[in-house]
Amino acid sequence: MAQPTQYCTFTLDGLLFGVEVERVQEVLASQRMTKVPLAPAIVGGLVNQRGQIVTAIDLRKRLELQERPPGKDPMIIMIRTDNGVTGWLVDAIGDVVETATAEFEPAPSTLKGVGRDLITGAFKLEKQLLLVLDTQRVMTQGEDARKGRPAAVAGSPAQTA
Amino acid sequence: MDDIIKEFVQESTENLDRLDRELVLLEKDVTNKELLASVFRTIHTIKGTAGFLGFPRLEGLAHAGENLLSRLRDGELVLNADITSALLTMLDAVRQMLATVVSAGNDGAEDYSVQIANLNQLAKGQPELPAAVLDAEVPKKAAAPGAPPVPARADVVDNSVRLDVGLLDQLINQMGELVLARNQILQWVTTQRDPVFVNACQRLNLITTELREGVMKARMQPISHVFGKFPRVVRDLSHSCHKRVELTIEGGETELDRTLLDAIRDPLTHIVRNSVDHGIESAERRKEAGKPEVGTLALRAFHEGGQVNVEISDDGAGVNLERVKAKALKNGLVSPDQAARMSDRELLDLIFAPGFSTAEQVTNVSGRGVGMDVVKTNIEKIGGTVDLQSTLGKGTTIKIKIPLTLAIIPALIVTSGGDRFAIPQVSLLELVRLESDQTEQKVEHIHDAPVYRLRGNLLPLVYLERELRGAGIPSSQPDGAADAVTTIVVLQAEGRQFGLVVDSVREAEEIVVKPLGQFLKGIPVFAGATIMGDGEVALILDVLGLAEKAHVVSGDADASSTASADTRLTKTGNHSSLLLFRAGPSGRMAVPLSLISRLEQFPLSSIERAGNREVIQYRKCIMPLIRVGDSMQSQDGHETIEVLVCSQQDHTVGLVVDQILDIVDENIEVTGGSGAHCTSAVISGQVTDLLDVPSLIQGSGAFMG
Repeated sequence: MAQPTQYCTFTLDGLLFGVEVERVQEVLASQRMTKVPLAPAIVGGLVNQRGQIVTAIDLRKRLELQERPPGKDPMIIMIRTDNGVTGWLVDAIGDVVETATAEFEPAPSTLKGVGRDLITGAFKLEKQLLLVLDTQRVMTQGEDARKGRPAAVAGSPAQTA
Repeated sequence: MDDIIKEFVQESTENLDRLDRELVLLEKDVTNKELLASVFRTIHTIKGTAGFLGFPRLEGLAHAGENLLSRLRDGELVLNADITSALLTMLDAVRQMLATVVSAGNDGAEDYSVQIANLNQLAKGQPELPAAVLDAEVPKKAAAPGAPPVPARADVVDNSVRLDVGLLDQLINQMGELVLARNQILQWVTTQRDPVFVNACQRLNLITTELREGVMKARMQPISHVFGKFPRVVRDLSHSCHKRVELTIEGGETELDRTLLDAIRDPLTHIVRNSVDHGIESAERRKEAGKPEVGTLALRAFHEGGQVNVEISDDGAGVNLERVKAKALKNGLVSPDQAARMSDRELLDLIFAPGFSTAEQVTNVSGRGVGMDVVKTNIEKIGGTVDLQSTLGKGTTIKIKIPLTLAIIPALIVTSGGDRFAIPQVSLLELVRLESDQTEQKVEHIHDAPVYRLRGNLLPLVYLERELRGAGIPSSQPDGAADAVTTIVVLQAEGRQFGLVVDSVREAEEIVVKPLGQFLKGIPVFAGATIMGDGEVALILDVLGLAEKAHVVSGDADASSTASADTRLTKTGNHSSLLLFRAGPSGRMAVPLSLISRLEQFPLSSIERAGNREVIQYRKCIMPLIRVGDSMQSQDGHETIEVLVCSQQDHTVGLVVDQILDIVDENIEVTGGSGAHCTSAVISGQVTDLLDVPSLIQGSGAFMG
């Protein structure tokens, strides 16, 4: 299995996250979004991506972090999934980071709540930890993924690719 | 499957469809050498390619057909019904083999030796093998007309290019984006002076428009792709029913979106089969009835008002309404009481009722009815309508109207809470605007359910803002917004009307429907999303879903709200809403409110004369006026006249009355006639003349010529 070694990084509430570069279709600056009434809270809205209507997920809400302060426009990462393209709303986009397997460590068992489900582990970068998200799980409805399920079974982010 | 085999199958499938048509034509015109040569060539090609690709059995069968055809071509034999049938049977067998090629990769193991023998026999100029042998051997599936199980279906005429539909959809998407970009450039160019640049932009504008039309057109296909197989269907069916039917096809070049084409294929086939099977009578019966022995079945397609119309008419026996009634009673669709009251129109509509058709009917009942409910459902699914007209003994016409395309639908854009929403026009009935001072008196409440009296019927109101964002957020509700007008969009869902209160109505627009993604599929209130002219996304409301959420319609009819129960009540029985007015010497009169579309006041001076009749210009039309009860109002010193605008079918007339009194909701007991166009009744304790509007209009001669 090919080990993903490049991660597109972004920040949420001061934390550094990463998603495999292969998953990222493109990054859009802040866009006008259409709110969807009655939708699950994690849905930030609908975005027009050159004729395609893409659902944008507010990652802060998905990860149950603090709400984004008003006036701070999010950026959108377009992620390819098995069910088409989905947008992730993040605070800011970082660099693409090269990683080596040796630096990876699975999430500690003390991780609680939603993070336990969605974060597979962390790369120990020099200055900061790079948290790796399980793309597929972020996309599944929060409710059923939240309870009782163990964190990513295998200790390698390769599982998610 | 290899590309080359795929190509062979596709090409042969097209050729077979053409052969079907050509053979039927040839049967009528046996001396047409050109047609015969074309048929021969096509079979020869199939044979050759099959041999080359290694389908020996397919090759063998085609070879036998070719042999027979070569003798016809050389003039040694003359085409007759036996030979045509044998050749058509061969085509079906070839089709079946092609299907096996697609599914299994080889030409199968079914035995066609009898057919080959039969073809050879005919080629020798000897009669066909006994029918019993044939019937037993011809695989049943292949014998079913018009249903070759060939999955790889593609209808393309010569000199065209095959395109993947996915690619076309993609092109349409990109086209939309190009239009948006163009719009932005055009807005900006107004501030520019450079003539070269301005010129280039104008060209861009033009080309974009043309390109857009072109791309939209690329998805269209002529309806002849569906019509094309009917000559064969009609021939086979009329032979098996021992009837003589002439099929005429008109407007085969009419184009519509290919997805719709696929959707109408089955319903149309069904109707055509029904017409031949049940509509057109046998030659003897037709003779007795004084009709030509050969029945006519006419297919006609044409564009009208942005829709495609398809008419299927036959000159057969027509629908026997008495039998329809009997059938409906027997199946328990209507009670004897209801049946007695039903108009011919309503009886005809029963044919479309689910459960009307039964197994027994397939063989008798003079008219139609076999699965017409399925036809109707399928047509309505794609936003179309079906209408049936029939005259006993004269024939039946079925008119189908379908939109040009599903991908783009007309919609009304409304706003609520600052967001735009699109409402499909299909569900839209009308718009009502209440000025702020009217709102409070016009919107009434039944317990806590807001209703509006729309021409006497109680219309349950649904506040879009409240449904979407909950009651917590203030919106343009009657009590909350004294400053604003109330806009009611009258919608229909499952035959039930309701009024949707929105903040404002923007414009009517053609929108491109796009599905909603993950997380949002489960919200029944939205049918999809679309991209507006400025590039923003707007949600498309699902009217039925919305009605269900607001409990306007529910699975349990008894649980419907008081308001809608009232609405129902006013429509049934003698209980109805009446408009009371005073007119002429006879005094107090009433008309059913449902007949009146508006109440208007006109200045006396606006009355004009056309011929010997009084008319008035109303909404860009000329509306004839009828003075009810010789209303003398003009001599009473009034400056204005009161007019009840009454629309019946295509006609609008104005009834001039002296004074409008009241609207009442009452049980009426008709007590006796009192004069022309009137019956009398006791309404609100007083004797009142009930005006018979249709007879009045007729009597006035307003539309006599």
